[in-house]
Amino acid sequence: MSGQSLFEKVWNDHVVVPETDDTPAVFYIDLHIIHEVTTPQAFNMLRETGMQVRRPDLVLATMDHSTPTVPITDLGASLDAVSDPEPAHQIRQMVKNCEEFGIKLHGFGDAHRGIVHVIGPEIGATQPGKTIVCGDSHSSTHGAFGAMGFGIGTTEVGHVLATQCLLQRKPKSMAVNITGKLQPGVSAKDIILALIGKIGVDGGTGHVIEYRGETIRGLNMEERMTICNMSIEAGARAGMIAPDETTIEFLRGREQAPQGEDWDKAVERWLSLASDPDATFDREIDLDVSQLEPQVTFGTNPGMVVPISQPIPSDSGDASFRKAINYMQVNADQPMTGTRVDVVFVGSCTNSRMTDLRSVAGILDGRKVANSVRMLIVPGSQSVKDEAEAEGLDKIFTAAGAEWREAGCSMCLGMNSDKLGKGELCVSTSNRNFEGRQGPGGRTVLASPETAAASAIAGVIADPREVA
Amino acid sequence: MEQLTQFTSATTVLAIDDVDTDQIIPARFLTTTTRDGIGKALFADWRYDANGKLIEGFPLNEPGAEDRKILVAGRNFGCGSSREHAPWSLHDFGIRAVISTEIADIFRNNSLKNGLVPVIVDRETHQWLMANPGAEVTVDVEAREIRLPDGKAVTFPIDGFARHCILEGVDQTGYLLQQQDKITEFENNRSWQP
Repeated sequence: MSGQSLFEKVWNDHVVVPETDDTPAVFYIDLHIIHEVTTPQAFNMLRETGMQVRRPDLVLATMDHSTPTVPITDLGASLDAVSDPEPAHQIRQMVKNCEEFGIKLHGFGDAHRGIVHVIGPEIGATQPGKTIVCGDSHSSTHGAFGAMGFGIGTTEVGHVLATQCLLQRKPKSMAVNITGKLQPGVSAKDIILALIGKIGVDGGTGHVIEYRGETIRGLNMEERMTICNMSIEAGARAGMIAPDETTIEFLRGREQAPQGEDWDKAVERWLSLASDPDATFDREIDLDVSQLEPQVTFGTNPGMVVPISQPIPSDSGDASFRKAINYMQVNADQPMTGTRVDVVFVGSCTNSRMTDLRSVAGILDGRKVANSVRMLIVPGSQSVKDEAEAEGLDKIFTAAGAEWREAGCSMCLGMNSDKLGKGELCVSTSNRNFEGRQGPGGRTVLASPETAAASAIAGVIADPREVA
Repeated sequence: MEQLTQFTSATTVLAIDDVDTDQIIPARFLTTTTRDGIGKALFADWRYDANGKLIEGFPLNEPGAEDRKILVAGRNFGCGSSREHAPWSLHDFGIRAVISTEIADIFRNNSLKNGLVPVIVDRETHQWLMANPGAEVTVDVEAREIRLPDGKAVTFPIDGFARHCILEGVDQTGYLLQQQDKITEFENNRSWQP
């Protein structure tokens, strides 16, 4: 009998009722993270059918997508002043739903409010071996801990609230073996962008990816989260990295991590989750990153990506390619570098943690954001904000001329007051460059925090390796 | 959920690959706390110009489009976000099936819970459909096939359980709720607690 992969171990550990030809498995969820956008209709459903939340203790609730990133001193009055009425209503609905159903909400003023996929790991709720879901596709982020994190729709949010379970069929598995040492100026974001460029936005569909190899072992947890975060952009169900000593050290002492004897038992169990040497996968991809360059997208999905020193590919007549470069107002066979930049956004569940902010500070220190550029730097959570300020990073950001904001999803998705104007081009550390993603008519170029910072200074898309 | 066994309709063709859920329903419409009238937001930035006027020539703006139940789209339809608002808006607009060579996972799962049938067909059938907008096609959930105007039947894969729920017009929640005792047993017998 062959060994089991990390994914198989976690999958098998959560099957309540096995799948059959006629029925999916009943699959247990250890942690349900919720936010204001994808829950209202689910709570309405519970209310209408008289159901309770089965395990409010396994729900982690916060508000991030439609929240403003300017300071909120008081929930009621400030919401009216800075938000559209609909997002304000949705936020109030979240408060009401959590109160009614007995769920603790990390709301405004809470020390732990922030982007769903930033706060879970911060408070130690994200742990190896757990199944973690959220009504948000970037739930794959939690896979960095050897958890199985995946996005679900609002109906399934209702399922989990009512039963703590989902109906699931077991996906296929894909191993991505990553080798090579990253060059200076190249970071985790560049690795995942290159992978999506290689396998395509549907390359991972139907699969859970495991990221393996020496390169992965050398990354810190925040860098691993950046990679797992964008698994969904390759169409994958989830993306996982086996826990190791780096994972253990990150979790040690965190608020919801096990303590004392429980901690020792947990560590032993977590370290046993790694894929067995003879585990098999449905598909395997190899990626050598020793010569990897910073990456930038040129088109309107994350797979349309190019190394920063290379030109946009030639036009082969493909309709999607033409539609994309037309929307982005870029040209085949031309480099992306030198393209005028209007906005630079550092933030999102992909890159808004201390590793990212320190990289940006390292480049902005003693330099100025170009006059023609508006730069927003948005910490992933209140905790990240506090830590960045304790290290004086905020002073570096503001001295350079960037805006330092409150935590939230901000400009990733044009759902709150941080939006691009029509035609504006933004170098963004977020995860999607779809048409209009950051605001109708907005043009998004995905990049690493380093590339974003270099571009902010230059006023055009710039290679971070060339910043003196 | 509405009961669907089979239905026949002219097709609307959206000849674009990788249509993502931000196009299907832009994020600014996700602030709704209900599902009412969400069909108005369907493909909002492709259907309406900056002044809110319908853009001529977009397939879903053609006269009669709101009566067509079948959308034929390029590969990898529904990629991107997990927003269930995407199938909700398609359904509210009147669409009951999306036909493509590839449909993204989360979107597919969400669709099946909302009486929107994701239909995967081979490249040849897809090419014919893409080249023949307005063709009368039958989607037969019971027989797991679509039938083209010339009578040709093309089978499509569909999860047995999801198919059963669509045929009966029941949602999946009921089945899950019946498992509560097994869920309690699982919780009590775990080797570790979350």
